[in-house]
Amino acid sequence: MTQLALVIDLNTCVGCHACVTSCKEWNTSGEAGPMADKNPYGADPTGNFFNRVQTFEVGVFPQTETIHFPKSCLHCEEPPCVPVCPTGASYKRPEDGIVLVDYDKCIGCEYCAWACPYGAREFDESKKVMKKCTLCVDRIYDEELPKSLRKPACVLACPASARIFGDIHDPESEASIAINLSNGYQLMPEWGTQAANHYLPRRKVDIKVHEEDLMRSSNPLDKEDRGQREPTTRVTLDDSTSW
Amino acid sequence: MTVTTIEKSQIKSTTCYMCACRCGINVTVEDGEVRYIEGNPKHPINKGVICAKGSSGIMKQYSPARITKPLRRIPGAERGTSEFEEISWEEAFDTISKRLEYIRETDPKQFALFTGRDQMQALTGLFAKQFGTPNYAAHGGFCSVNMAAGLIYTIGGSFWEFGGPDLERSKLFIMIGTAEDHHSNPMKAELAQFKRNGGKFIAINPVRTGYAAIADEWVPIKPGTDGALLLAINHEIIKQGLFDRDFLSKYSNSPDLVNVDEDSDTFGMFIRSELDEEKKCVEPENKIWWDRHTDQAVSSHTQGADPRLMGEFELEDGTKVKPSFQLLKERVEKYTPEWAAEITGISADTIRRLAHEMGIVARDETIELPIPWTDAWGNEHESTTGNPVSFHAMRGLAAHSNGFQTIRSLGILMSLLGTIDRPGGFRHKAPFPRPIPPCAKPPKSPEDVQPGSPLEGMPLGFPASPEDLFVDDEGGPVRLDKGFSWEYPLSVHGLMHNAITNAWRGDPYPIDTLMLFMANMAWNSSMNTSRVREMLTDKREDGEYKIPFLIVCDAFHSETIAFADIVLPDTTYLERHDAMSMLDRPISEFQGPADSVRVPVVPPKGECRPFQDVIVELGSRLKLPRFMNLDGTRKFKDYKDLVINYETELGSGIGFLAGWRGKNGEKSLRGEPNPNQWEMYAKNNCVFQYELPKSYQYMRNWNRGYLHWAQDHSMIRHTDPINIHVYSELLQKFRLAAEGKRKGRQPPEHLRERVRLHFDPLPFYSEPLETQTIDKGLYPLNAITQRPMAMYHSWDSQNAWLRQIHAHNYLYMSPSVGAENGFDDGDWIWAESAHGKVRCMCRFSESVEPGTVWTWNAIGKASGSWSLDDKANESKKGFLLNHLISEEISSGKGQGVYSNSDPITGQAAWYDLRVRVYKAGDDEPKETSPQFDTMKRVPGMEPARGLWQSFAKGLLNSGSKNKSGQE
Amino acid sequence: MKPAISVILLTTLIGVAQGLFLAYYSAELLSLLMILPNQVLVGSSWAGIISLILLVGGLIASFFHLGHPERAWRSATMWRTSWLSREVIALPITMGFIFIYTALKLTGNQQVIFSLGNGNQLDLAAVVGFFAMVSVFVLFICTAMIYTCLKFLQEWHSPLTVLNFVLMGCASGFVMASAMAAYFDPQVFGYISSAAIVLSVAALISRYASLIRNKNLRSPSTLQTAIGIHHPNIRQIAQGAMGGSYNTRAFIHTYGPSVVQFARRFFLIAGFIVPVLLLAISNEASVVICALAFLIQYAGLLAERWYFFIEAKHPQNLYYQMIS
Ligand SMILES: Nc1nc2c(c(=O)[nH]1)N[C@H]1C(S)=C(S)[C@@H](COP(=O)(O)OP(=O)(O)OC[C@H]3O[C@@H](n4cnc5c(=O)[nH]c(N)nc54)[C@H](O)[C@@H]3O)O[C@H]1N2
Ligand SMILES: Nc1nc2c(c(=O)[nH]1)N[C@H]1C(S)=C(S)[C@@H](COP(=O)(O)OP(=O)(O)OC[C@H]3O[C@@H](n4cnc5c(=O)[nH]c(N)nc54)[C@H](O)[C@@H]3O)O[C@H]1N2
Ligand code: SF4
Ligand code: SF4
Ligand code: SF4
Ligand code: SF4
Ligand code: SF4
Ligand SMILES: [Mo]
Repeated sequence: MTQLALVIDLNTCVGCHACVTSCKEWNTSGEAGPMADKNPYGADPTGNFFNRVQTFEVGVFPQTETIHFPKSCLHCEEPPCVPVCPTGASYKRPEDGIVLVDYDKCIGCEYCAWACPYGAREFDESKKVMKKCTLCVDRIYDEELPKSLRKPACVLACPASARIFGDIHDPESEASIAINLSNGYQLMPEWGTQAANHYLPRRKVDIKVHEEDLMRSSNPLDKEDRGQREPTTRVTLDDSTSW
Repeated sequence: MTVTTIEKSQIKSTTCYMCACRCGINVTVEDGEVRYIEGNPKHPINKGVICAKGSSGIMKQYSPARITKPLRRIPGAERGTSEFEEISWEEAFDTISKRLEYIRETDPKQFALFTGRDQMQALTGLFAKQFGTPNYAAHGGFCSVNMAAGLIYTIGGSFWEFGGPDLERSKLFIMIGTAEDHHSNPMKAELAQFKRNGGKFIAINPVRTGYAAIADEWVPIKPGTDGALLLAINHEIIKQGLFDRDFLSKYSNSPDLVNVDEDSDTFGMFIRSELDEEKKCVEPENKIWWDRHTDQAVSSHTQGADPRLMGEFELEDGTKVKPSFQLLKERVEKYTPEWAAEITGISADTIRRLAHEMGIVARDETIELPIPWTDAWGNEHESTTGNPVSFHAMRGLAAHSNGFQTIRSLGILMSLLGTIDRPGGFRHKAPFPRPIPPCAKPPKSPEDVQPGSPLEGMPLGFPASPEDLFVDDEGGPVRLDKGFSWEYPLSVHGLMHNAITNAWRGDPYPIDTLMLFMANMAWNSSMNTSRVREMLTDKREDGEYKIPFLIVCDAFHSETIAFADIVLPDTTYLERHDAMSMLDRPISEFQGPADSVRVPVVPPKGECRPFQDVIVELGSRLKLPRFMNLDGTRKFKDYKDLVINYETELGSGIGFLAGWRGKNGEKSLRGEPNPNQWEMYAKNNCVFQYELPKSYQYMRNWNRGYLHWAQDHSMIRHTDPINIHVYSELLQKFRLAAEGKRKGRQPPEHLRERVRLHFDPLPFYSEPLETQTIDKGLYPLNAITQRPMAMYHSWDSQNAWLRQIHAHNYLYMSPSVGAENGFDDGDWIWAESAHGKVRCMCRFSESVEPGTVWTWNAIGKASGSWSLDDKANESKKGFLLNHLISEEISSGKGQGVYSNSDPITGQAAWYDLRVRVYKAGDDEPKETSPQFDTMKRVPGMEPARGLWQSFAKGLLNSGSKNKSGQE
Repeated sequence: MKPAISVILLTTLIGVAQGLFLAYYSAELLSLLMILPNQVLVGSSWAGIISLILLVGGLIASFFHLGHPERAWRSATMWRTSWLSREVIALPITMGFIFIYTALKLTGNQQVIFSLGNGNQLDLAAVVGFFAMVSVFVLFICTAMIYTCLKFLQEWHSPLTVLNFVLMGCASGFVMASAMAAYFDPQVFGYISSAAIVLSVAALISRYASLIRNKNLRSPSTLQTAIGIHHPNIRQIAQGAMGGSYNTRAFIHTYGPSVVQFARRFFLIAGFIVPVLLLAISNEASVVICALAFLIQYAGLLAERWYFFIEAKHPQNLYYQMIS
């Protein structure tokens, strides 16, 4: 069975929001769209986005880590949002595990959003239907695109390659390898949602300097020692012999 | 793929301009409208990725803030009230060219042209020179000239668009004072790769955001103190012998002997043999070493000699001399880690550890590439080696008044570690390296400005000595911004940030016409913004405005529009031809030169016209020589035509674009004009790339093969090696002049001490000027700004998507600052400097050094600008820190004022700002202060958009209440 | 959670409707069973009518909650998994039974279905009423389970939620029925009003029990599990949308603690204590006092349902704590 998902590498995400606007850009003209904006040029502008980047601070100064944290629908393997939907508009595709909303069936009751612990669904307040990340289902299977571009818009955009797309049930996929290699984890595992999207933690590199590393026979300072001394002003044998 | 047609939609390649990074984009156009913008996988800069801004280009293209008609201030309406009427282009050209013609024939200085964050200096510089005005500059002076000058004057190249860290091979990377920078997407990509390869990334920055967020180590430094840190690291590196002696002795002036006889007129100058005294823009190779083997003086670079870097020697004529490295060593002796710890807030142990990590990685993890090369002295090297420690730094170092010397310290550190143009270290990008300093020189005297004729010299250049200054007989400035005067001798990018104030005051003289292109000088690119806005409306006694005529060319409804007498509506980047030219700042890569273009993917909106075409039109109407044929007829139809046919000199074969030259496009870099050049670029992803042979890709300062290649392709005049200036004799020349020990031009008396102090041939640390002149106790906090990754300066508040990410800004600070001053997270507070105050909201953060407060740059906007309504967050809750920053600073000796800038380069000292903070009164309005009258919309702008807006498939729909976007 | 007005109206209104029906139908049943004196209840048909009106009112209110009410029929399709879908089915069925019940009452149909051992005869209305009663309970459970089944909304995820919905719905219906009985059928007033008192007290106890339970709840979800970083000191700095987003508008309320505390006190007093006291003093079968008791109780229950939302801490809110 296939479960497509994103693996997000918090080790390289610089919080640039490329995934946020590229997602909006793709989806607004795509099957999910249009994705409206309210008060676009006024107070508190707000709109429909499937992916947001948030920022958290971990620790206190000076041991602070700044974490940029992108979040979209996690395409849970046990999605609590799906069974609650009274219309069947929300569904999980058996063939690839993508959780989708059928806008033609959705009555806009918002119940599925209540049922998502992650706040990953965004109701389209202008179209009055529930929306969410589609994993770019209208892109990843598009045969008109060259194979290298059959990936979600946000993945192609991400300058820091912090977004890996793949089948997490295929142990050979880049996504699975990344999860295994770098301790990928799920969000809020306590609810048994089995989120398909995984996150890779920060990984630190340190350089260990040993005391001995500072000592080298090749130290250039030694070359600068002229090996020559100034004549002494003390009296020496030179002054008192008559061989 | 360049143009792919699928049904009625087309994908066209061009270059992004949502920022200055110049990524390649593929734009899907459907029925003549933009539908989708994505990164171009075949583009060398971004290789397919795109950023938040780039992906939001559609919202810029269809922004309701677009200016679409030429406008004139309604006669009688007050300036600043944004009362305009439409005029025709013909009327606009007529008005402007009549005025300019008169100015040119009488006093060309009366016309000043300043351009902001543009990529068009090749053209605008040409126009200014041809017009004959010295009063031309682009953004460099208020941007990062310290970084350009500090490194160019030290290693012959710089970060910024001119070079960068080789992160592919680096093992240790230190990023200092950089938020997003110009290499936006590539930097992110390279950093991610670097981290995956297991490199260690250290960020030195008072704030931990963006790139610094993913650093392995964050070194929170107090702003303006990096000089102290870098000098202490240099101290430790030298003390421990962790420098690359071989590299320094061969490739820098470290071993060159300096006259240390204090009484001598040439004190501090290199000892030179008589040989080779010809005058050219490169340094003659006639210096002296002290050979370790023979223990005597020898000509520099004598075969087989091994120069001493340390010691004191006596020449045969009794002159006491020291290798310049010895002087550096003596200089940094007092700069101990303990000393720096006090100043920087970084512990001495950390400083030592940083130095050891850099030194040991550089020494023990050397890279050897199987690439043979030959140096400038004819020595053959079997391989190319490198030390994998690299740096990147930007405005965190540059935007301080002590930045030039700080950046010199960095250049020296990079040199001590042996990392200049070597694998794993710093790498140049063509057309760099250049001679130190580069050959272009500014004019030298008021006589170089003559009515009716082009300017003698380049408007901007690189002085090599006091003789290259642009001053009158009294040593006074000739330029309006006082660039290249004794106040800012090496102001290689001008001082645009003082242009308005100087013109307003008439110091050094008033001007008639100011033309601004792509510069929001009534807002974020001015210091002291509130006052500058008043200066633009202040009038002389006769009722005329102090700056009588202001022409603004903008694409959007910016704050500056309100002050214009004439507004010229520019196209957007998707509507015009642009050249990222080798004559300006090309997109070159480490591997070799590259340049790129923009081609229009959609027609201009309304009556928008590319500014470049406007310049060509004006140049032709004014009959500027380079815009005319010898027979007096107009030479260029428009910009597109100019780019094809312009050559730097008749028959030089060098033009704006380096690719597909020659009649049929068969030549590269040099060749006759090719009438189909644009089409060939368009077919090739809008990029021209030239890959140097591997053996020319490294050590280019001293690489004979490269230098000869560069000369063959007219990139440089001389093939002399470009040795690193660990010791800057050039600065010493200015110092000697200031001390009265040097013949030739002398600084005016009141500037002698200033020049003497700052023109130190060796880097030194001094507190930023603002800190020296104000009461630090009263203003205990440093206040700085940073660029957010998802916004470009002031441009993007008109962008409906991006402004949702940054709708307003907070002043970030450590919770301890709140505790000390009695307010809470999110409270309304005042931030007050010695020059002004703003009311804003605070946000507590643990990722800022506790002595620093900061905010995102240019998020706050003036009410009504950028097509925002008067309730928009940007003007109600957002604020601009610039109101607090003075553009001038007291000279401290009753000698008037100086620009708030680096005394060497004139770099605007944005980040020297000191403030105090306190809680705003409960009865005060919960909005930012200052507030400005709501700016009116202007004719030709679309009506304000409704409550909802949505975009789909090239269609933009906006509706009023509750109407859903579109079906 | 941010209170959703239409949902508050829906659940409280249909609660009253269901309780009202139960009050009258139970009186009828009890008299058939001879526990109460055998009699004809004048108010039965009125109870049915009012109950229907309230059910329709609730339904209309719920439509306001829907983005696409015209597609509401679709919501009946997923009864296998969705409690909401089940409610959508149970509600019209309940309405249907009550409608038939009321219609039979109004048409005076007395067709006997079978006789009880005690000599009383069960007519068609009584039989239909029985089915209505069952569906009322099913409806109660469906409605309550919509909330109860969301396991990470721990404040809701408890059998107490079902119990509360049943008891509060019944209590409010019985209080309303008391007023009606005082007017139409004083002979059962005693039964209905004492049942109303008992149900209100029971509801109070059960609601209070959930308050106590919820007070000590600690969600296993924390900022640490939300972003997967295990450090004691984590704080959000930016949520990526400064003008707010659906997630802030739909889930995050901005009422201060004093408002919330007031609401809690108010619903405890108005929703339970005051009506009980009023009913207790109204042994005279006073319509006015009973009606007053109902109105106060209903206001209290509106506050209760509002508080029910406020009280529930949605884990998604962990991601939406701070803008900058
Ligand atoms: N997204 C985006 N990209 C841009 C721009 C933009 O507006 N938006 N602008 C472009 C332009 S014109 C420019 S010039 C570049 C500038 O690129 P940067 O130089 O990266 O720009 P700044 O945002 O000024 O970043 C300065 C950094 O230095 C830090 N800093 C301030 N003072 C000190 C100090 O004394 N010491 C140290 N070590 N650090 C300090 C600040 O915290 C900040 O992180 O960016 C370009 N790229
Ligand atoms: N406090 C503080 N102030 C700063 C800085 C800081 O770090 N802190 N940074 C400084 C630096 S480094 C810089 S470079 C400056 C930047 O300052 P500016 O050069 O003023 O840059 P922008 O705000 O981008 O404004 C440029 C203008 O160009 C217009 N524009 C955009 N696209 C086009 C186009 O295609 N054609 C035309 N004709 N116009 C266009 C915009 O509408 C805008 O009005 O700000 C400086 N100001
Ligand atoms: S993240 Fe939320 S919306 Fe997405 S599948 Fe999981 S529960 Fe459903
Ligand atoms: S909002 Fe739409 S998708 Fe969500 S539960 Fe209701 S009907 Fe299903
Ligand atoms: S996968 Fe597609 S829909 Fe989902 S966040 Fe990425 S771009 Fe948006
Ligand atoms: S595009 Fe990549 S680096 Fe940028 S915020 Fe998204 S995940 Fe992070
Ligand atoms: S970094 Fe972003 S905005 Fe800048 S050129 Fe590249 S894609 Fe465009
Ligand atoms: Mo800049």
